[in-house]
Formats: sequence, C-alpha cells, structure tokens
Amino acid sequence: MPIESIAILVLAGFVGYTVISKVPNTLHTPLMSGTNAIHGIVLLGGLIVLGHGVDGVLNKILLVVAIAFGTINVVGGFLVTDRMLGMFKQRPSGQGPGRERPGGRAAEVREGGEQ
Amino acid sequence: MTTLVSAGYIVAFVLFIYGLMGMTGPRTAVRGNWIAAAGMAVAVVATLLLPGMGNWLLIALGLGIGAVIGVPAARRVKMTAMPQMVALFNGVGGGAVALIAWVEFRVTAGYEGEALYVAIASLFAALVGSVSFWGSGVAFAKLQEILPGKPVTLGRLQQPLNIVLLVVALVCAVITVAGGRSEWLIAGVLVAAGLIGVMVVLPIGGADMPVVISLLNAFTGLSAAAMGLALDNTALIVAGMIVGASGSILTNLMAQAMNRSIPAILAGGFGGGAAGATAGGSGGADRPVRSTSAADAAIQLAYAGRVMVVPGYGLAVAQAQHAVREMADLLEAKGIDVAYAVHPVAGRMPGHMNVLLAEADVPYESLKEMDESNSAFPQVDVSLVIGANDVTNPAAQSDPDSPIYGMPILHVTSSRSVIVLKRSMGSGFAGIDNALFTDPRTAMLFGDAKESVGGIVEELKTL
Repeated sequence: MPIESIAILVLAGFVGYTVISKVPNTLHTPLMSGTNAIHGIVLLGGLIVLGHGVDGVLNKILLVVAIAFGTINVVGGFLVTDRMLGMFKQRPSGQGPGRERPGGRAAEVREGGEQ
Repeated sequence: MTTLVSAGYIVAFVLFIYGLMGMTGPRTAVRGNWIAAAGMAVAVVATLLLPGMGNWLLIALGLGIGAVIGVPAARRVKMTAMPQMVALFNGVGGGAVALIAWVEFRVTAGYEGEALYVAIASLFAALVGSVSFWGSGVAFAKLQEILPGKPVTLGRLQQPLNIVLLVVALVCAVITVAGGRSEWLIAGVLVAAGLIGVMVVLPIGGADMPVVISLLNAFTGLSAAAMGLALDNTALIVAGMIVGASGSILTNLMAQAMNRSIPAILAGGFGGGAAGATAGGSGGADRPVRSTSAADAAIQLAYAGRVMVVPGYGLAVAQAQHAVREMADLLEAKGIDVAYAVHPVAGRMPGHMNVLLAEADVPYESLKEMDESNSAFPQVDVSLVIGANDVTNPAAQSDPDSPIYGMPILHVTSSRSVIVLKRSMGSGFAGIDNALFTDPRTAMLFGDAKESVGGIVEELKTL
C-alpha cells in the first residue's frame, strides 16, 4: 500500500532532519560523504530487479552497471568518510589535558591508513 | 517481503540512524561511520535473502566491479581532491537510480498493469537520478579542472532552454503515465533530465560549489527514496529520505552562509555586470596597498598574544596547511594563542576547510566556527588571512550595491592588525574588489601561500 510507504517516507525525512541538524559545521564534509555513501543503497534496487530475473542482454547489462555504480557509491563513500574522520579522530587535545602529546602518532596512523 | 528480510531492514535503519547520530562529534564519528556501513551490509545481505532471488553470477559481477573500482578510488584520492570524489560517488548513485528506473520501464513494458504510483515514482526517480548523474559529472569535471571553474553560460538563452528541457522531460513522463508504451518516452525523460543536469551545473562558479554538491546529494537521496516507492522497498525509502533531508539541510545552510537563494545560485552567473559597478564604488580602490616581507610578518606574529588564521581555498590549492601547522607550532611554543576562523563556505564542499586543516594535525578545538570567530576578533592581535578573499570582504556588510552584500563574513577588520597572504591583487571567485586589502591596518604579503608561510617559518626560527 502506497500510503504506508508514504508515511514511512515522511517520517524518515523528519528523522533525517532531526539527526543531521545536530552535526556541527566542522564535520559537514564527513557527514555529507557519509550520507552520500548511504544513498548508495539504491544498489538494493538493482539486486532486487536483477535477482528476480530479467530477460534480454541489455537489461542485464544495465542492471550489472547499476549494481556496480551503487557499490562504488557505498564502498567508496564509507572508505572516504573513514579517511576524512581519521584526520579528526587523533586530535591529541580532544581527550582533555593531553594537548602536549605529539602529533607524530596521528601522522603515523594516517600513513598506515593510506596504503 | 519475508519477516526475516523486514527484520534485517529494521536492524539496518537502527544502525543508519545510530551511526549518523555519532557524526555529531569528532570522537564518535569514526565509529558512527562504520556503524552506518554495517547497516548497509545488513541491508544488502537481507535483500539477497529475499525469496526467489537468482542471477547470482551477474549480481556477484556487479558487486565485484563496484568494489574493484570504488576501493582504490577512495583510498588514493588526496584530501584536496575530496569534493570531486564525493561528487563522483554521488553521481554514480544517481546513475544507478536512473538505470534501474529505465530497466523497470523495459521490464514492465511501460508500466503495463502497474499501479499509477509505481509509474510516477519510477519516472520521478529516472528524472532526478539522471539530473544528479550528469550534474555531478559536470561538477566533478569543474572541480577536477577538466572544465573551467568559472561560470560557463549561454546568457539569456540559459533559462528558457532549461525550462524547455524540463517541459520535454515532464511531457514524456506524463505521456508514459497516461499509457504511452514507446521506449522513446523514457529515453526522452532520461536525456532531457541529463541535459538539465549539465545546463544547471555548468554556469555555477567555484564559490557556489558547496551548495551544488549538497543539492545534488539531496537529489540522489530523493531519487533513491522514489525508487523505493516504485519497488515497494522500505530500505530504499528510509535511507534515501534520510539523505534527502540531510542534503537539503546542508544546501540551505550553505546558501544562507552566502546570503543567496538556491534559485539564484542555480540561475548561475555570479559576478557579472554588478561586480564591475562595485569596483569603483567601494572607495577602497584608490587607497595605497601596504606590502610587507616574511621577516616583518614573522616579527609581527612573534610579538602578538593571539593570532587568528583565516584560511581560504587558496591555502588548500597551495597545499600550505602543513606549513601553517608548523608556523602555529612555533608560535605556540612562544606562548602565543593560535586559532583558525573557518567560514562555512571555505573550500569546495561544506566543511571542507576543516578536513584540510585536520589533515595537517590542527587540533579540532582550534577550529572555530564563524560566530565564535567573530566574537573573538576584537581580542585578536594579528589576523593572518591565507588565500581567503570574499569571505573577509567588508563590502558584504557596508556596500548594498555589492553582489555579496548581506553575506555573513568573518570580521577580520575588527582585529588589531591583519596580514593578508595572497598571490596577487587579483579578485576572488566573485570577481569583486576587497576593501580589506587597502585597510590601513592591513599588510599584504604577496606570493604563493606555501612559500610565504614557509618564509615566515624560517624567520620565526631565527627569532
């Protein structure tokens, strides 16, 4: 029934609005990149249509491309977000008094992550 | 849909929302991201458990190709290139929606026997997905500098052409809903929408990019939600709508930070004739510019109590963030307080500048948002403006004729002195003169941002 779907649609919009409003400016890039990864969920649409069987080579090709696109969106999105956040997470001063802890630790972690 | 799959989807929603709630702070955000990713994995597995699924080889092929392309792309991209990578990932998401909608049309022979709402939702998904795919493609090309970053417009033809394209897309969609079966109709929707995406993003200048990227992100989310309606899939509806909401919020915030309406940004062509008119009227153009040297700047900084760094995209382009951090370390060793005033639209996507500074190990706590910075400026001894221009332009406050009038700016002029690092006297993306540069308290240090900061670092070491 579409009315249930539309109810879900509207409520999900409010949930999204409430959650996202609390994110500070400073984290907007990772937020955007993270939500960007989430809309890669369209990949499920490709899985459903292809999984339930389609005829014709063109249809199959289009769906494989769609699934590949969706996967790029999901996998790339989450990995990129993780890399961005990795730069924020090692803030030495983030844990209170430890401001004098060397930045070198963060640098090491990051180099490891980029391989 | 089986109970098992529904249960999986519900777990996925909880993980998505809980993960996004983690995004509100730097310490919980990393975990939040992985929680959301786990939600995605649950949603995918649950979908594969749907009864009657087949074509496993092709599914594996699609997933495999996506992973093989997506993983290295995400791992290798430089932090400065992040906005175009996000644009690209966003675009392929929109492309996936458009392709699925197209196949839906083909499989059902033009929605033969489908409910009305399925046809409408699917066509909406096709339209918006295609706009997002091609628009993101152009945004990527502009950010990657394959296409010029400055606005490219057709002048007066632009708006009528966009409207004609929209009408074509809508007419094709309406005929389809009314029972049209020709595949040319869905092709018409996809092609016209794609052209709209190209035509709308092409005229948008570099400074407006954060708004466009947010908007395209919202579009892809909404198209995914519409696809969910068409396929009766709650996972798509919920996740798509959350992204749609988040993209809309960010679009709005970015537009507010530039004091421009979203339609005005989409109409494009920033800084045309009006910019020329203000150049004379600002009254600052005839005042002399005071230039300084790295040695003098270093002395000025070394004897300050509080220093505020005002970074702009010029800093990122010059890859100067590490040099800036080194300078800040030297200053902090002298007991000088160093903070960073970050304008919401600094950089090429929302919050981009914060990521670039974080990359250079600038502590999260030193990154000040605009309001906080503006209340701090009166106590600041030296503001060091690096590669930022329009976001510091006092004309946005004082000159009603200025194209950026009303845009919230960083009140650099209320600090005791200002040093502006800049390549030349050229104007910013908006193409307007900046009275800050001729302010009596301002000294200009001309040159590449990285070399200039490096010069200051060398001088500081000898002090």
